[in-house]
Formats: sequence, C-alpha cells, structure tokens
Amino acid sequence: MSERLRTHAWPGTYDGEAKPRMGFFTDTSICIGCKACEVACKEWNRVPESPQGFTGDSYDNTVDLGANSWRHVAFVEQRKPLGIDAAERSLAEAANLDQLVAETGLQTYQEGDGLRWLMASDVCKHCTEAACLEVCPTGALFRTEFGTVVVQEDVCNGCGYCVPACPFGVLDQREGDGRVWKCTLCYDRLKDDQEPACAQACPTDSIQFGELDDLRERARARVEALAEAGAERAQLYLAGDDDGIGGAGAFFLLLDDPEVYGLPPDPVDATRDLGSTWAAAGVAAAALGAALAAVVLGGRR
Amino acid sequence: MGSNMAEQHPVGFQWVIEAKERGATVMHVDPRFTRTSAMADLHAPLRPGTDIVFLGAVINHIMSGRREFTEYVRHYTNARVIIKESFRDTDELDGYFSGFEQEDGLYRVDSWGYAGTSGELTAGKREQTGDVSGDQAHGAHGMKLEHGEPPEEDWTLQHPRCVFQILRRHYARYTPEMVEEVCGVPRERFLQIAETLCRNSGPERTGAICYAVGWTQHTVGVQMIRAASIIQLLLGNVGRPGGGVLALRGHANIQGSTDIPTLYDILPGYIPMPHPTSRDDLARFVELNGPDTGAWGSLDAYVTSLLKAWWGEAATADNQFAYSYLPRIDGDHSHYPMMLRMLDGRTRGFVVIGQNPAVGSANSGLMRRALANLEWLVVRDMSEIETAAFWHDSPEIEAGETRPEEIATEVFFLPAAAHTEKDGTFTNTQRLLQWHHKAVEPPGDCRSDLWFAYQLGQRIRARLAGSPLQRDRPLLDLTWDYPLQGPKQEPDADAVMQEINGRHADGRFVSRYQELRADGSTSCGSWIHAGIYADGVNQTARKKPGREQNWIAPEWGWAWPGNRHILYNRASADPQGRPWSERKRYVWWDADEGSWQSLGDVPDFEPTTPPDYTPPDGATGTSAIRGDAPFILHPDGLGWLYAPQGLVDGPLPTHYEPEESPVPNRLYAVRASPTRQRFERPGNPYNPADAQPGADVFPFVLGTYRLTEHHTAGGMSRTVPYLAELQPELFCEVSPQLAALRGLEHGGWATIATTRAAIEARVMVTERVKPLRVQGRTLHTVGLPYHWGRKGLVKGDAANELLGLALDRNVHISEYKVATCDIRPGRRPRGPALAALLSDYRRRAGVGR
Repeated sequence: MSERLRTHAWPGTYDGEAKPRMGFFTDTSICIGCKACEVACKEWNRVPESPQGFTGDSYDNTVDLGANSWRHVAFVEQRKPLGIDAAERSLAEAANLDQLVAETGLQTYQEGDGLRWLMASDVCKHCTEAACLEVCPTGALFRTEFGTVVVQEDVCNGCGYCVPACPFGVLDQREGDGRVWKCTLCYDRLKDDQEPACAQACPTDSIQFGELDDLRERARARVEALAEAGAERAQLYLAGDDDGIGGAGAFFLLLDDPEVYGLPPDPVDATRDLGSTWAAAGVAAAALGAALAAVVLGGRR
Repeated sequence: MGSNMAEQHPVGFQWVIEAKERGATVMHVDPRFTRTSAMADLHAPLRPGTDIVFLGAVINHIMSGRREFTEYVRHYTNARVIIKESFRDTDELDGYFSGFEQEDGLYRVDSWGYAGTSGELTAGKREQTGDVSGDQAHGAHGMKLEHGEPPEEDWTLQHPRCVFQILRRHYARYTPEMVEEVCGVPRERFLQIAETLCRNSGPERTGAICYAVGWTQHTVGVQMIRAASIIQLLLGNVGRPGGGVLALRGHANIQGSTDIPTLYDILPGYIPMPHPTSRDDLARFVELNGPDTGAWGSLDAYVTSLLKAWWGEAATADNQFAYSYLPRIDGDHSHYPMMLRMLDGRTRGFVVIGQNPAVGSANSGLMRRALANLEWLVVRDMSEIETAAFWHDSPEIEAGETRPEEIATEVFFLPAAAHTEKDGTFTNTQRLLQWHHKAVEPPGDCRSDLWFAYQLGQRIRARLAGSPLQRDRPLLDLTWDYPLQGPKQEPDADAVMQEINGRHADGRFVSRYQELRADGSTSCGSWIHAGIYADGVNQTARKKPGREQNWIAPEWGWAWPGNRHILYNRASADPQGRPWSERKRYVWWDADEGSWQSLGDVPDFEPTTPPDYTPPDGATGTSAIRGDAPFILHPDGLGWLYAPQGLVDGPLPTHYEPEESPVPNRLYAVRASPTRQRFERPGNPYNPADAQPGADVFPFVLGTYRLTEHHTAGGMSRTVPYLAELQPELFCEVSPQLAALRGLEHGGWATIATTRAAIEARVMVTERVKPLRVQGRTLHTVGLPYHWGRKGLVKGDAANELLGLALDRNVHISEYKVATCDIRPGRRPRGPALAALLSDYRRRAGVGR
C-alpha cells in the first residue's frame, strides 16, 4: 500500500485539512444496468439533459461520458466471453445459427451458445497522476482534500487544454457554454459526509464509495472470489499504483478485458514524460546548435 | 419465471444479488434474455405461454422421483383428501374437467369438491357464479366443513381418488420430452433446473419462486401461479424462511390498491362485494360468502366492523349495520367489459385516476373509440396523458378516421400531486406498508387523490343535503370528517389510517383483527390492517434501521396481517412444533411457555393452540383448525395442491395454448382455455390460430413488456427528461435470423401488424432474442416494450394497439404477454394507406373487421 493512500491524499497541499483519499469501486459483475446512477447524478448535480436519440447500441442511449453525462452505463452483448475478438464479431457472422443447430443436433440455439450481457457504469477516474490537472493553465482543475479531481466552474475559462490530455476522453466542453464539466465525485456531498449521489442510488451496490485503500482491499477479495467461481477473465482495472496514471481514485472490477467495455487497456498520463521530453529536446537543441555553429563557422572559414 | 425482476424491481433485486453472493443459485426461465438473465446463473428461454408445461413437468419430476417433502405434504397439504367420485380429470375428457357446459362455456364445479361434502355446500355457498362475474375466486373462503376437517382422507396417500394420486396422474404426461417439444427448452436444461429446485428443498434448505405480470397476463395466468404453488407445497417451501411464491406486483403500491381495493368486486380486506342475491340480509351475505371454519369464519365480525367504520352511528343492529348501504354488483364490471359497455353507449361518465388506458390497455384503438362515446371524462394526472388528449391527438385523428369536432366527450383534466407531494403509504410485494412523508407542497392546483375523493364526497353530500330519499342515505350518513391541514387544506392521511385500523366502542384503537366483533362494538376499515395503528402509533412510519434489530426487521414499517412477515409460518415447524432443522429455525412451539415462539416474526397461528390440538365438534373460526394445520385462511387449514373451489377454470393447472398461437396443443384436444373470456365483435378481431385458415399470415409470436427506464404507460417517465433520453424510442427486438428472414435492418424501421392494428418501431437486432425449435419448426419472436404514446418528451406508437382482448376469466386480465403478428421492414403507412394495409391483412387472414 502506498503511503499516499494509507494516510492522507496530498498532505503537502492540505496539511491538517487533508482527508483520507476517497473513491469509487465499481463492481461491474453485479451491475444490472438500471442507469439509476446516471439519473441520480444528473438530478443532484443539475446536469443538463443530453438526448442522443435511439442508438441501437444495445440498451445504451447515453453513448459516452461527456460534459452532460458524468456517469455512463455501457452495455456489451457477447456471444461468447472470449475477450475482444469475440465481442467484435459481426452480427452477420454470428447469425449463422441454423447451421450450428444442424451440426450439433441441438434442439434450441441457447444450448452451447454462451451469451453474456455485460453492463458497467463508467465515470471520471480521478487519476493519481491527472494530466487534465497538470495542463490546466488557470488552476480551475484542482486536487481536493479528498484526493479527487474537480473543475471549478467559476475559474474555468474554456481553453480546452485538458480535453485531449485526458487518456479516457472524460473531459468535455459543454456546447453553448464552453467550459469543461465532469464528475466531481459529489464534492459538495463529501463535504457534508454524504456519499455521492450515484453510489447512494445504486440498488445492488455495484458502485461502492469509500476510502480508497478499503475499497482496494474489498476489490481484491472480490476478484479472487470470482476467479474461484470460474470467472476467468475477471480483473481489476486501475486498482494499482503502477499503471500509466499511478492508479485511479475510481477503479473497476471488469469481467473481461477493458477494451471490451471501450476502456483503454493501458492509459498513460500524457504529462508524465514531459520532464524527460524537455531534457531530450534540450539535448537535441544543443546538438543542433552546435551543428549549425559548425556549419556557419565552417562556411566562414 | 414470468418476471424480469432486475429491470422491473431493481431495488428488490439487490436481495437476489445478495443471496447470490451468499451462494444461492439464481435461475431465470423466461422467453427473453433480459437484464435479469444477465445476472442469473442459468437462463432457459421458453416459448411464451407454455409455462404450465414447464411447471407441470417439474411437478411430475418431483412426484415420479419421490422427491416431495413427505411429512410436510402429508400433514400440511390436502394431498390426503379424497375427492368426489364424480370428478373427472382432463386426461379422461381430453382437456376438459367434469362439469363443463358447452352452451355457456362455463364449469359447474360441484364435482370438483371434497368427497363427503354436498354439492350444495361447494357450489351453492357463493354468491358469484361464473355467468355473473366469473368470481368464484372470492368464494374460496366459502367451503363448509364440519370442525374444519375434510370428511374423507387417506393418510397413506394411496387412495386412487386422493389428491396426491390425482395430481400424480394429471401431470404424468408433463415430461421433459414434452417440455422440449412444447416450450422449446432442451430436456437436459429442464432437468438441471428441476433438480436444482429439488436439491434446495427439504428440512435443511428452501427455495423461492418469483413471478410477475409475465404470468398474470395470460388467459391461464392464475393457473400458472397455482402451478408454482403446487411445486412449493410439494417441496415444503411455503411458510418457511427463504421459501414462498413471491408475487412481484406490476408497479409501486399495486399491492396496496388490491388490499384496499380499486377493484369492482371486492371490499377492503378481500371481503366480496355483495350481489343482489343477498338482498338486505347481512346474515345471508355472511352465510353465502364465508365458511364457518378458519380465519374467514369471522367474516361477520370483519364486515360489521367495516360497516361501522364507514357509517358509524348510522350503522346499528336494528338496520343490520347499514348493510343495505353497500353497493351491489350484478355482473362483470371489470375493465374490458366496462370499456365495451362504454363503446356501446351504455356508460355516460368515466373518472380515470392513475391509469392511461389509451396506451396501457390492450386494443388501445378500441379503448379510444369507447372514450369517444362518453358524455364526460375526468382524468387526474400529472400531465396531459394520451387518455386526456385522445379527443385532439390520437392515431385515429392522424389517420383521418375521425376529427375532434366529431367527438362529443367533454374532457376535464385535473392536475394531480405526485407521491412526493403527499403523505401516505406504499404497500410492497410482501405486504409491507411503509409510510412516506410529504417532501414538498404540490404546485399550483395539484391536489392529492385523497383531497379529490374527500372533496368529491363533500360536494355531492352538500348537493344532497336535506334529501328525504332513502337512496341518498348511504352518502349522507358516511363518516366523512377528516381533519384538514396545511396550506392546501389536505385531509389528514394519518386520520384515514386510524379509521382503517379501527377502534373499540370506547375509542381505544384495535390492536389485532381477533378483537373485531360482529355485534357492532368495533369498527375497522380493513380487517387485514387491524393493528396498523396499534397503541395510537402509526406503525408504518417506523424506520428502525436493520442493523439495530433482528434480520426479520419487524420494526421497519408494518406487514399485514398483524405484522406477520412470513405468512403461514407455522409450517416452518414440524407437526410436533419443532423446527424442521436448526438451519431453518423460524417459529416453534414452546411447551413450557405454552405458546408459539419465533426468531422475531409474529407467529401466523393461534398463539396458544398446541401442535396436538384437535378441534372439538361444533368448533368454528380458527378454533376449528388443527394444531398441525398451518394454512389458517383455508377452512381446512391445509395448503391446497388441489383447489376444490375458488377457480372457474379447473382445480388443477392444465396447459392450454394462448388465444393466438402458431402451434396446436400437444397435450389435449382442447386448444385454448375453454373458459377464456373472448369478445367477438367488430373492432376486436382475433388472428387465426394454429391450423385455422389464415394463421400463416401472422407467423410470429409477439410479446409486450417493459424497460427499467420507463414507467408503465409512460405518464411518469416520458415526461421526465432524464428518463426519456435513456430510452427515447419504441423499438422491436428481433433475432438475427428473423431479421435476415424479413430483411430487417438494425437501427432501421419495421412495421408490426395484427388484425387489430399496425405500428412502427425501430429495429433492434439482438442475439438476446432466440428463435426456438418447437414441434419441429423454428418459431420467431418479436419483442415490444409498450411505454410510448403520442404525448411527452419522447413519442412513438403504443405496442398495446396490436393486442386483442382475451382474458383469464378468473380475474379478467388480458393476455398481454403473447399474441401472433407479422413484421415487415420500413415505416408504417400514413392516412388511408394504413387502413388499406390492415384490411389487406384481414382479407388475407380471412377475418372481418
């Protein structure tokens, strides 16, 4: 367990006011796709409606996270739980079931036809190494005393630098407003010792809120139990400190690879290598300068 | 089965998830792969409407393998009771039970009774007969037995006419092979499910069966539920923790609206509504409607206390407690017959509260034509729903079939308060009442339903004041004096609950229904709710957290009757009163204390009646129930594997095909339920069923259902932006195979047609919908959620337009869950072209308009 998790989030910043780092553990294995999280989030945070129309993408008509959708439930219909390749098989390919019946002599198509419907509620990850926060020139994005990453709506000037910086595509400018809006992990509720609206509304406790180190412990036990029960591809996503974002404040238990849910398998804090990049650039510039000098000087010779 | 619990009861489903976490196996047998199936350990899709074949085969599996819980079955069920010699089963009569009368299509039920009881007692002891309302159901309390015991029994269960043997013979033809052929469920999958049920039953274990409107909305809906009850009784899963048949009700508080009914044929607490036959004779009403034995043996006390609650001082022994004031029903006034009378111009006015028949009722177009024949219509709702708007915005107007000028109905739209804007209770699936407090005042002119009913009563009474007419006395003598409160002068809901609870003559609150008397010394607005205000405390408003009490949580809300959380919980102990096992310990007899004890529930039994009690001759009420007979609401105290009365369509569940089915009945010569209620009339044609000419015009099976994101007919969700955007359009769910067969394009449009209507929907091609192999052919299903209409933020055609009226005669519920249809690519035609398409379908199918 990293020091940063066990004690207080960013003690250097908040001194005595620092709180234990809080986060979400979203256990997708018990998500029933009710979307209560989406609605509760919008109700509490007064997020504008975002009608996308009928998408035909299973039961998902929210499409993705954005300025007006801070929770998004993904629906993945899988013919066989075999990872990304299976999920990508086209309907036309999968349609040839009559032949399957003829070959196997089965009476119905269900038999031998593993069908799985994955549901998962996505949200801002509240990264440990948050690129959005690093690139924000105004300080609108900040790290709270709970270790969460929040946009201050009265400071954001809508420059949009944070939008491409986010490795998950969470940050988004609101149309007609220009500013960036995203999950605050219900900062206002946290200040009143209330859990975030989505977690409170979740009927099955798929979305669990709490101190991050408690959540990680719970998640590890859960994924082990699932593995014992035969869920071979069950895995934790963003639950460690050693990934490209230094771990997330909102992490997930997935039943398949992240790509299956539309999540990046190896997200990287885009600013992480900035220091070495600048150093390399400096070396290159010096070399170039030396070369130019040589040319110029040589030319004079 | 018959339930999509994760989608329709997501909050209750948390306990299923929790049970699964603790090792429970969750099995889902349902035509569709839903969000419930996604969470289940196992899903078996079956052809819609074939549930009794599946359940009957489970019964057969239990009985042929001797897997029943023998001691439970012998002592607690009517397995040992011998049935009349004149009874004939469907095996002998090829699908009919004895007593069927072809001329009226109804059963004479005398031959179904217990041997040794007279025909007079079983058939004549009820007011309702099938030809009046079809509601013998409420006469189920009615059988007369000498001191609560069936006259002829065989405790060895060997007698050929005992219920156990009749049951065994009846279900012998319900085999795994039959399940495969009729339901489309492979026999191995069936056996896996049947075995899992058996293994999770017995002294150490229990299993529960959940159902919802996926069972009730069939022409054989009641019998599907009966079949589940038989399984649970055979396996000893009733009255024990973790067991039961859980009726997941159609929406919030629908349980409450049957307990204190919005139904035409019952009074509060399931007291039958009087018929004209009992005239002004209260004693005769009680004689006709209640048995002498069991908890219903005190019907006289329940109904007298109800009359005292309603008419107070005006209800005296001299006027039979104002019994003559109660309305009488003289026929079938259920929803569809009522709408059809309206269509025939025989109903002048209609008040609609909390309902949207222009979208939610089957054959919606016919319903709107009925509304157009009214003089006046009152709709109370939170927004102008389709039923309120039918006169200016409807598919008929869009198609040019009618115009607003031609509709004479005067429509009054009254704004209603939402549940957050008023005090009151919700009653949930397991009879638990929970009080909700008003959070905000209703806006503007919005008022609660209580305010409306109270004001309506006050205004009618003011109009009638001083009337000398006897017919006006029932209104003028009503106890109608609720305190008003708040800025909107709302009647105090708490005061109404006090009236429901009831009082003694000295004003003390009644604390249990056993205190009610037939001499007029008690009042009680609903006998099953007696005690809901015990000790002057609103028991439903108790919200002690679960962690601060035992797991039964008796101090959270209040469950009727008497805060008993598990009904018939005497069955959780063996005949001698000992727990069946330590693991399933719940209620037991404590000889030292001389009373029944429980882990924390209220024993659902006479508290001091010992297990070895045998009723003396002449005993009545619950004193006539043996100490080892847990089912105290029945006159014999037994769980009814076989229902000698109470049902109009047979004592045992039997498979009949739906009204519209593409295949024949493989089990009997009779195709569909002989007693189903049909309405042969213009505007309600039926698609030809199997083997009839024209059946091939509608080759696909159609089912309607709901989604988590919307509420029933949409009045409370299509108007809310955050909900509307989640499911913005009507779509049909079809398999890739059907899509290929009919050229349907994912995301495109399809037209779905029956002889009644044609609607359009976006196409969702999904492998969650499976074609099934049934009787040697491939059957395709079209799934349609029914939430949309022409009002609200998201609009679309209403799926119920497609359905015809075919009802289960026991309860008059229509077969929403299965019909036949055709589907073709593209949007439906507009204007006269739509009528032309429909008449083409009808011509090809050979049916009239």
